[in-house]
This record gives sequence, structure tokens and C-alpha cells, in this order.
Amino acid sequence: MNRALRLGLLALITAALFALSLMAGKQWIPLDAWFGHDPRWAIIAELRIPRAVLGVLLGAALGLSGAVLQGYLRNPLADPTVIGVSSCAALGAVASIVLGFGAGWLGQFGWAMAGAGGAMALLAMLTARAETPVVFVLAGTVLASLAGALTAFLISIAPNPYAIAEAIDWLMGALTDRGPDDVMMAAPFIGAGVLLMLFTGPALDALALGEDTARSLGANLGRLRWQVVIGTGLAVGAGVAVTGVVGFVGLVVPHLLRPVFGAKPSALLVPSALGGAALTLAADSLCRLAPGAGEVRLGVAMALIGAPFFLGLLFREGARQWR
Amino acid sequence: MALMLDRVTLDLRGRRVLTDVSAAFATGRITVILGPNGAGKTSLLRAAAGLIAPSAGKIAIDGRAIAAMSRAELARTIGYLPQSGDVAWNMPARDVVALGRLPHRASAADDIAAELAAMAATDTEQFAERRVGELSGGERARVLLARVLAGEPQWLLADEPLASLDPAHQLDLLDRLRGQAARGVGVVVVLHDLVQAARVADEIVMLRDGRVFASGPPAEVLTQQHLRDAFGVDILLVADAQGRMLPVAAGRIESA
Repeated sequence: MNRALRLGLLALITAALFALSLMAGKQWIPLDAWFGHDPRWAIIAELRIPRAVLGVLLGAALGLSGAVLQGYLRNPLADPTVIGVSSCAALGAVASIVLGFGAGWLGQFGWAMAGAGGAMALLAMLTARAETPVVFVLAGTVLASLAGALTAFLISIAPNPYAIAEAIDWLMGALTDRGPDDVMMAAPFIGAGVLLMLFTGPALDALALGEDTARSLGANLGRLRWQVVIGTGLAVGAGVAVTGVVGFVGLVVPHLLRPVFGAKPSALLVPSALGGAALTLAADSLCRLAPGAGEVRLGVAMALIGAPFFLGLLFREGARQWR
Repeated sequence: MALMLDRVTLDLRGRRVLTDVSAAFATGRITVILGPNGAGKTSLLRAAAGLIAPSAGKIAIDGRAIAAMSRAELARTIGYLPQSGDVAWNMPARDVVALGRLPHRASAADDIAAELAAMAATDTEQFAERRVGELSGGERARVLLARVLAGEPQWLLADEPLASLDPAHQLDLLDRLRGQAARGVGVVVVLHDLVQAARVADEIVMLRDGRVFASGPPAEVLTQQHLRDAFGVDILLVADAQGRMLPVAAGRIESA
């Protein structure tokens, strides 16, 4: 089976999960409600389509960021959380909730993006003089810890329990009750970030042979660093800004796809975007199908679906992929 | 054609690693860079490949400064084989060889033809589909050489390509470098092994403390006195079947 066919199959699976995401919920809406004048169409149009679109955007942003960061850092453990952008975006959003900066969603989105932007700028400054992945990972990890500590600090000085509850609820990440406004806010940033990242392929491939060899092959490592920092920052920052912190996708998706599409970094970019979208849609559908009055958290569902796949992969492949 | 270093001085992190180094690497010939550890051999090679910019002096190909060439043009002209044979992802050998085509904007047919030729020149076709992590050290060294050859460079700069190879694979790799020189490629290779250097070199550049200590044909450079002064060891010169004098380290010189 050639690459185009595999990619087509993955796209088909993603499309099927998109359709499932429109049907699944506390109220199951079968396909035939889409035609004629079914009153349930309102649920699909106003609630489920924006939610599914946001799921695709978020999943693609996280999956692609994971593939790009693993390629850039030449480290199979890398994912968007290691660069600290998610944590800093979360810090911005929590600050806006707890301290009451900026009213409503737009203010919160703005503050989260400011947090992500600050993290990107700091990361770019810290790594500008050292082109080694170790500095990148260390700086990102420290940044993430610092943002985590500041977030906890803000929650502990919150003026009232409602603000605490809202902040913690937001931190757990979900696609619940997100509407067209959220999609409109996040889409341009995620789109720009994804576009930047899609052009990193050849340089990431060259980097597989080390920095000197990559440069001897004509790769511009300075430009690549900017593409990675700004691309992941915009995409992940905007994703976190509207959905809260959703982990797991960026780490797991490239690993799940390596046996299918090969280990070459450029061969994983488009599949990881599609795979991230598919995993997010599947997890979000599972959230809504679980019994009980409330919804299971997206991050929880993600781990419930992704972890068995990942462990199965480890069991079957052993260290073959990474040796 | 010649790749020329003209009075090159190089500082790395505030430390002077090369001082006033001049050398010329001709196409169709093998130039071996020799010298004790820390003499600046790798720095010389990296500067010649355009990977680090000298603080003074000029590096040029037929009078044209490499600093004025675009990244892609330089990458198509000079192939660089680093000492570390690390490949970050466990890709099939074929994919690794294909990385050599990155600087070219050629048709798919040209790319495939160049990859096949490079694999034929290194006898790596039979494990094209095997992952690099599953290859032996000798096989991997040949795949990495094929990666450079796939780029069809005019110069091939290799940093200690014999490290971690057994004698048979060392001789095999040197034969392949000789084959490239015979096809008109300018081969510049950093070696530690004095015997192999004496066997393979058309020209030798011997470094000590970041300066050119001696340069010229092997018979002129590999004298007992030069080797004694550069490496601090007593050297026996042993004639091989072709009458070449091969230097063998016989013992350390106790400094007075």
C-alpha cells in the first residue's frame, strides 16, 4: 500500500469520526436528521459542528506540533508541553479569570495568547545563542514549571470560590459548550501555526543526521528554530486558549503513525495533523457517550483511548522504532 | 579546480583553534589532514565546508569565496561526512541515502538515479530496505558515505571515517574514497592512522597547535623528524611491497 493510499485511508477515518462527533451526545442524532426539517438540526448546527471543527483544529495543532517537536529535538519524548507554551497560555487564562482582567471570552483568549506569546519570546531569546536541543528542552521545562507555580499561586490568592472553580474547570480542558465564536478566534492562529510547521519537513529530515550535517545539506537552522517556536506557539497557544490544557495528543500521535508512515520526520507531518484530529474527535465523542449526567473530561477520554494503543504499540514493536 | 584556504584564522568561543592556515585541496586527489588530538583537524574541515566562519582569512573555490555562495549552492558543491554516525530516527538505509539529495532541486528521476549510483558505488543496494539501527558498523559507514555521494559533490570532506571500523572495512572505505578521487572528486579526509594516511594520501597537511606544521606529498611530510616533533613519539618507517614508507609508532619520547 503506497503512501497516498494510507493517507487517504487516514483522512477517511478522520472524516468518519467527524460524522460520529456530530451524531454522538446525550441526545443521539442519527444521520437522517440531517435532511428535511428535523428540529434536531439546531443542535447539530449550533452546538456540534463548531465543537467538531474545534476538535479538528485543536487535534491537528497538537498532533502536528508533536511531530515537529520530536523531529526538531530528535527526541521521541518531546511534545508541546515541553516547550512551556501550553502552561504559559494557561497562566494567562487563569490570570484573567482570577484577577478579573478582560471581560468574557475575548479577554480570556487575549490573555491566554499573551501568555503563549510571552513564552515564545522568552524561549526564542534563551535559545537564540545556543543551537542545541538540550537548551531548548531545559528552557521549556523550566518555563512550564514556573508557569505552573504561578498558576497555582494565582488560584490560591483567588478572591472567591467561584473564581477558583472556574479556573480549575478551565485548566482541565474540554470542548464542551464551545461555539462558533471560539472557532473564529482560534482558527486564524492555528491555521497560521500549522502552515508554518508544514514547511519544516526537509530541514527536520536533514537534522536527523545532526546539526553539522544538516547545515552542510543547506538547511537554515536559524530559520527552522523560528518556524518551530512561532508555529507551535501560535497553534498550541490558540488551541489552549479556547479549550484549556489538553495533553497526550502531541506525544502519542507521531508514535502511533511511525509504523504506518515511516520514521522520516517529513513523512509524519501531514499524517500527524490528521491523526491528532482523529484522536481528538474520537475522545470528544467518547466524552459525550459516557453514561452519567455530566461529561467525562477530554483529557481523560484521550488517555483512555490513546494509552492502550500506545502500550500495544510498545508491546508489538519493542524498541524497533527508536533504536 | 581547487578549494583554497588562505591564511585562515579561526576562534571558537573565544579560543583560537586555527592560526594562519593556508592549504589547497585539488579535485581528483586525496588530501589527508593529520595531527595530534586537539591540533585543529576537525575545525579545519568544518571551516573548509563552510560550517564555521573564520575570524580572518579567506576560503574560496577557484577564487570565489564560499561565504558568497548560497546555502544550497555550497551544499551541492561540498559534501560533508561528520565523525559521528548518529542517525536520529531508525529510517531505512534508502531514506538516509536520499537525504543527500536535499540541496538539489532535481526531477524525481534524477534523484533516484543519483541515489542508485551512490548505493552501487558503496555496495549498499542489498540492504536498502533495512533500518540503519539494524546495520553493522561497517554497513552503516557505507550507507553514510552513500548519503554524501548521492549529493554528487565536487568535494568530499570526511572526518575520521575509519573510526570504529575493523582493518578490512578501513581498507574497503579508503578504496572507495580512492575511487571517488579517480572520478574527479576532491577528497579531503581527517585520519588518525599514520599507516593508512601514508597508503592513501596524494597530499598531506599536518597540523600542530592550530598551525600547518608540514604539508606536501607523503614522502616529504611523513619523516621521522616531523612525526617525532608533531606527535611526540618515536617512529619506525617500514617499507611495504610497493616501496612506500609506512610510519609505525614505536614508543613515546620522554620529554627532557
